[in-house]
Amino acid sequence: MPRGHAAAARVVEAAPVFAALGDRTRLHIIESLSGGGRLSIARLTTGTRVSRQAVTKHLQTLSRAGLVRSQRRGRERLWELETARLARAGRYLEEISRQWDDALERLRRMVE
Amino acid sequence: MALEQTVTATMDRIEKKVVLRAPLPRVWRAISDVKEFGTWFGVSFDGPFEPGKRLKGRLVPTQVDPEVAKMQEPYRGFTFDIVVEAVDPMSRLSFHWHPSPVEPGADYSKEPMTLVSFDLREVPGGTELTVTESGFDRIPLERRAKAFRGNEEGWEKQTTLIASYLARAGA
Repeated sequence: MPRGHAAAARVVEAAPVFAALGDRTRLHIIESLSGGGRLSIARLTTGTRVSRQAVTKHLQTLSRAGLVRSQRRGRERLWELETARLARAGRYLEEISRQWDDALERLRRMVE
Repeated sequence: MALEQTVTATMDRIEKKVVLRAPLPRVWRAISDVKEFGTWFGVSFDGPFEPGKRLKGRLVPTQVDPEVAKMQEPYRGFTFDIVVEAVDPMSRLSFHWHPSPVEPGADYSKEPMTLVSFDLREVPGGTELTVTESGFDRIPLERRAKAFRGNEEGWEKQTTLIASYLARAGA
């Protein structure tokens, strides 16, 4: 079982995506943005029990992990999801999971 | 809190459970003997599994499936280190390793490792094997990205992946 494949896209940052996702507020932000739209911090704070400042901090964490990006529009900043990055993180475990399935199938053939 | 815990667990580990129609001692030998392990996994280690021992593994095509062996051929010779944790006869083998060796001869020694464990249990009709790999939250994204060959563009467009990803994570 080769546990890796040859060169793929270059990702410059080495960001702990999974750690960035391990927080309820950050997950809420990701879910709010997963509709595909761009949202302001005010919109993202609505319906949460955390402050605007806290949401801002969480957005920065997500941004450092490459999961969201922002654009200034007039006086406010709009945030959107970096879908590719998030999908890639999910794909990684899927790929390794599939490799384990294959390896265990070979083990089965050997012992049964 | 339930959602958060589920997601964290889902994103951090892989767990596989299979029932093998073979007696426990047979499965234990296939797991704990480096030669037998290497036969199905497709790797050759430079020593036996002993607690605390660091071993070098070299990928070699599996001897169990010729078709898979053909696919593995380009990766022949890739090396990776494992650090054996537990060797509990008839019960558990576990080791730390680097989940994605991508370049022959690259130095991964400073990168974080995941923990792989094989847990065995006797069940009616055979042996239940649970394979767990955990610690993925420590693996740098760059390493994960490199683990894929091509086809980046194809699935970058699939924004729907997000929906299924979140649905699965929250399930």
